[in-house]
Amino acid sequence: MDIIVCVKRVPQTAEAEVKVDSSGKDIIRDRLTFDMNESDTYALEEAILLKEKFGGAITVISLGSVEAEDTLRIAMAKGADNAIRIKAEDFGELDGYKTAQLLGSVIKDIKHDIILTGCLATDDYYAQVGVALAELIGIPHATLVTKIDIVDSKAHAYRELEGGLLEHLEINLPALLTIQTGINEPRYASLIAIRRAAKKEIKTVGKADIAGGEIMQHSTLEELFTPPVGKRAEILTGSMDEIATKLTDIIKGKGLL
Amino acid sequence: MNFDLTNDQKMLQNQVRKFAEAELAPVAPEIDKSGEFPWDNIKKMAKLGLLGIIVPEEYGGSGFDFVSLAIAVEEISRICASTGVIVAVNNSLTAYPILQFGNEEQKKKYLPQLCSGEKLGALGITEPNAGSDVAAMESTARLEGDHYILNGTKRFITNAGEAGIYVVFAYTNRELKHKGISTFIVERDTPGFSLGKHEDLMGIRATANCELIFEDAKIPKENLLAQEGDGFKICMNTLDVSRIDIGAQAVGIAQGALDEAVKYSKERKAFGQPICDFEMIQSMFAEMATKIQAARLLVYYAGYCKDKGMPRFSKESAMAKYYASDIAVEVARKAVQIHGGYGYSKDYTVERLYRDAKILELYEGTSEIQKIIIARDLVK
Repeated sequence: MDIIVCVKRVPQTAEAEVKVDSSGKDIIRDRLTFDMNESDTYALEEAILLKEKFGGAITVISLGSVEAEDTLRIAMAKGADNAIRIKAEDFGELDGYKTAQLLGSVIKDIKHDIILTGCLATDDYYAQVGVALAELIGIPHATLVTKIDIVDSKAHAYRELEGGLLEHLEINLPALLTIQTGINEPRYASLIAIRRAAKKEIKTVGKADIAGGEIMQHSTLEELFTPPVGKRAEILTGSMDEIATKLTDIIKGKGLL
Repeated sequence: MNFDLTNDQKMLQNQVRKFAEAELAPVAPEIDKSGEFPWDNIKKMAKLGLLGIIVPEEYGGSGFDFVSLAIAVEEISRICASTGVIVAVNNSLTAYPILQFGNEEQKKKYLPQLCSGEKLGALGITEPNAGSDVAAMESTARLEGDHYILNGTKRFITNAGEAGIYVVFAYTNRELKHKGISTFIVERDTPGFSLGKHEDLMGIRATANCELIFEDAKIPKENLLAQEGDGFKICMNTLDVSRIDIGAQAVGIAQGALDEAVKYSKERKAFGQPICDFEMIQSMFAEMATKIQAARLLVYYAGYCKDKGMPRFSKESAMAKYYASDIAVEVARKAVQIHGGYGYSKDYTVERLYRDAKILELYEGTSEIQKIIIARDLVK
């Protein structure tokens, strides 16, 4: 079973202070650490588990800057066989659709039975690329997958729905599945695997290598900003006892107590 | 001149950091309280190859260099100083002397066990009456037939209570003074060898620190490391190497303390503003961060000297260990200061880091011994 995994290198913003830069279109990146997008690590692990069960090869692809090669190397240390970086520096501003087109233009030439992506990237939260990519290359897809079985050359994908329901889909292969976090327990790369991966080649694909029609962008980023503090927010001041009294009064005043 | 980490070092740093944050952080405060040896995590680390970082693959290790070992120990110690020194001792105080001075049979027999975590390593130099003055050791070994008969007591031995393979130093000929010291590989089940008092330490509390007691312990003569009389040389060379990782442990503890202090200073308010806005706090941060970076560079440089194959790097590793230990204690103390009264509470990580940091100035050569090594190099 040949598997393609799309991964993205994103800033780790969960505990960091994120500030907008002077262009108003990007965040200040120099003090942030970057790593593989969280749900992509689960997609990669799922690919490795499928490979361990059914054999085949894993190709990891990232559309990113040269630093994304660090992320791709770690993917290889964990168990991917091949890695391709699409040179983001060649393609200017990216939206979800353009990203999917670029990934698709490379993926169409690679033999695959299944494509796995993370369910969304934690830098832009679009959750578009997986779905758009499946449509562009003309294969079925399922999103937010929490379990995969392969039976008789078909994928059985399970999706968690609201209200505690579980949806079970049978999907013809090749298919694309966007993977939810928690589907497995991503492994750490062993030191020996790291040493071997450090020597492996990463293929790069640039503008000159992408054949076919024009790569389109459907949306452009207008502005990135920290929203102003809402007018209805009220900061309570005073001693702990005074704040507690004020808070109780407000709750009582709204008829909630 | 190149300050960049190599691709494999960058990946190692990334994966060890993730491992430490996910697996070590939740248990670090618990094992500090209980003193329980973190076997579950040690086994996980063995699987990743962290117990034999500097051991070549042919002996079951990961085949990395000493700068990489320093990076790994730093990342582990940033989260859990106990686990940091357990890994350091297994690598550079046990596997390293066997790798460097052992014969092929000894390497094939013992290194795979140390790398797989099947048996952990410990090193026995220090005695109740011999610390900095190594040559004052009282342990003796005499050859009787096919065995050395070892007598003596080793104290303050990291990993001792849980180890299976010990590298132990004893006099085989007292008249030759330090040239009469020899080194032995001792297995846990050796007749006449037992564990003594378990030390209840101030910091690094989960390191199974224990006494080794040898009462006519019978060591097979093939377990002599190198030749009789090589012990002092093995001891000094091993400490030159291990001081790189103790420096790395210090950098890790200091970085952990700084990270905690910065985080706290943004949350804690006084006089109507976060305390990170006060210049006196900022002054402390500037000093802490600068000293940590200087220490890190000294540590990496000492590792580089070893990796480059420099025949002597005692001064470089002594500088790294001395300076990094010194600033780790200072940075941890300032981190406590920035936390105010909360820093004195066991509910806050910096309290543990401050206690953990103190050992750095004492073990594997006190700061005073490091200064002697550095100064002798200048005036000899």
